Amino acid sequence: MENSEFKHAATVMLVMIVALLVAPSVLETYTLSVLIIYGILGLSLGLIWGFGGILCFGQAAFYGLGAYSYAISAINIGESSLPFILGIVIPFVFAGVLGAMMFYGRLSDVYLGVVTLVVTLIFFKFMNSTAGPEYVIGAARLGGFNGIPGFQTLNVPGRPDSYIYDLEFYYVCACALVIVYGLTRWLLASPFGRVAVAIRENEQRVELMGYDARLRKTVLFAIGGGIAGLAGTLFASWAEIVTPGMFSLAQSAEIIIWCIVGGLGTLTGPVVGAMILAYLKFLLGQQSLIDNAMVLGLILVLSVLFLPRGIVPTIGLLVGRTSIGRRRRKSGRRGGRRRHVRDTQNA
Amino acid sequence: MDLAAVIAIEVVYSVAFLVLISVGLAVVFGMMRVINLAHGEFMMLGGYAAIVAVGHGINIYIAMLVVAPLVVGIIGIIIERLVIRHLYGRLIDTMLATWGLSLFLVGFATMIFGNTTTGISPPISGFSLGSYQVNGYNFFIILVTAVIIAAMYAILSYTRLGLVARGTMQGADMASALGYNPDRVYMATFFAGSALTGMAGGILAPLVGLGPASGATYIAKAFITVISGGASVIAGVLSSATLFGLISQTFTFAASPVVGEVALLVAAVILLRLLPQGITGRFFKGRM
Repeated sequence: MENSEFKHAATVMLVMIVALLVAPSVLETYTLSVLIIYGILGLSLGLIWGFGGILCFGQAAFYGLGAYSYAISAINIGESSLPFILGIVIPFVFAGVLGAMMFYGRLSDVYLGVVTLVVTLIFFKFMNSTAGPEYVIGAARLGGFNGIPGFQTLNVPGRPDSYIYDLEFYYVCACALVIVYGLTRWLLASPFGRVAVAIRENEQRVELMGYDARLRKTVLFAIGGGIAGLAGTLFASWAEIVTPGMFSLAQSAEIIIWCIVGGLGTLTGPVVGAMILAYLKFLLGQQSLIDNAMVLGLILVLSVLFLPRGIVPTIGLLVGRTSIGRRRRKSGRRGGRRRHVRDTQNA
Repeated sequence: MDLAAVIAIEVVYSVAFLVLISVGLAVVFGMMRVINLAHGEFMMLGGYAAIVAVGHGINIYIAMLVVAPLVVGIIGIIIERLVIRHLYGRLIDTMLATWGLSLFLVGFATMIFGNTTTGISPPISGFSLGSYQVNGYNFFIILVTAVIIAAMYAILSYTRLGLVARGTMQGADMASALGYNPDRVYMATFFAGSALTGMAGGILAPLVGLGPASGATYIAKAFITVISGGASVIAGVLSSATLFGLISQTFTFAASPVVGEVALLVAAVILLRLLPQGITGRFFKGRM
């Protein structure tokens, strides 16, 4: 069992690496980079929602927080290594504190949704109102609605003059995605991840077995926040500006749509969903016949109604079904069925 | 003295405002356990319905109080039949589907009305109280909200219709065994919720510039008010709206409107941390 899981993860990572190496010859690296950043962002919610069962309406809060942490510290420091780390650590810590407050208070489903939504709104409202010169952190003005432009973008560690951009930046993003995927896969295969999934299935039973569900949910939530922060940090470096729009409800909604459409309970689903939908949005943005939001909304409604499992698990099921058909003839019924179950879990 | 009167009016008005924007959502959530995240867009459509009706020469009060609720109620029924009916009992899925609907409706309105802000002027002019200027239209909003709440209470507790509705919410299969079709009751409830939302949108249309995205300003507040209120429709919305209205107005006067908004949000987080089932999960239990 363990072995086949490892093999599965290795295969997915290999496919991912090959796809990421081939992609620059098909699309511009500038567009590709942001698709990958969205993929990481989708993965962050896919982890805590799909495996922890925590529906966070405010993943954008950690995303924006990561971007703002990076931008503010990059202006003050002028070199990107420490800001990059801060852009991950600050959202991680913040998500940990917020998660502890919620999970130790035994909040669940709708109430959790409200609290995360509210926190995102607080950030959004606050950042929009910081236009005046009195809102300064070190040398960085928060800039209100216009955001913060002109900070140091990503550079080779230790050499502030050699910027990482274009193709190199694409490779940084691609590596980040592969590493994050590998680490989360490893986390889920560890005892911690197993218990996290068990909590999703039945929290009471896990608590009766003596595990502290509150602590585990908090840690998982914090990790999700850290990954979203990483996406925000990379986005800040890509866009070269951070704006309060990163905290908006629309941004949170988009992340949720990616997960739903891509497939919950999988790690590749949200990544694929994010990339497909973000690219679709990019294509739709180039025409003015149909409004962008209308199409995205329609996709979300239709996928909740007709494709509740998402793209990736559905494809996995179809592929699984045909391969079971072949296998059944070879090795009898039970093996086939077990294989089928595992396929949909690991996709 | 004048200042105290002005502050009192402002506080009552802000409570009424919160009740008005959340009452439609509360009806649907309290009775059907469905959270309609397209609520803000329903209000936006109500606003547009009122503005378009006024543009066609219809009296502004009829446009706000009759046309807007009817139009949005009918849209609500269509949406209930097409989407929400399939998702009863799946709270998270309904939230996601209606969130998709809200995006859809924003896009739809942008395509029809364009991404511009329109508006009508309020039919009641302001007057001065001592050295302060008071908006006369605020009194109209307070009055309408009071009438809506009173009417809801009366319908729910004293009429056959309200009895059937409450019965169906408590036990759908028992109501159906007694010969009432739960499907019809749900449909009627959703119509009522949508119509109330549309009316709220119509009434608030003269106060704000209306654009396709203006629903977003309401949904968060309405959502927070309803959830913090808890399961009871009327008691829940009244208690949480009173609390939040007081808090946000106090901080608005003490500091600035932005601080007032943030204070409201922080209060909601603290409240839910202390009372995870909302206010009526602990107090006023079992009321309507």
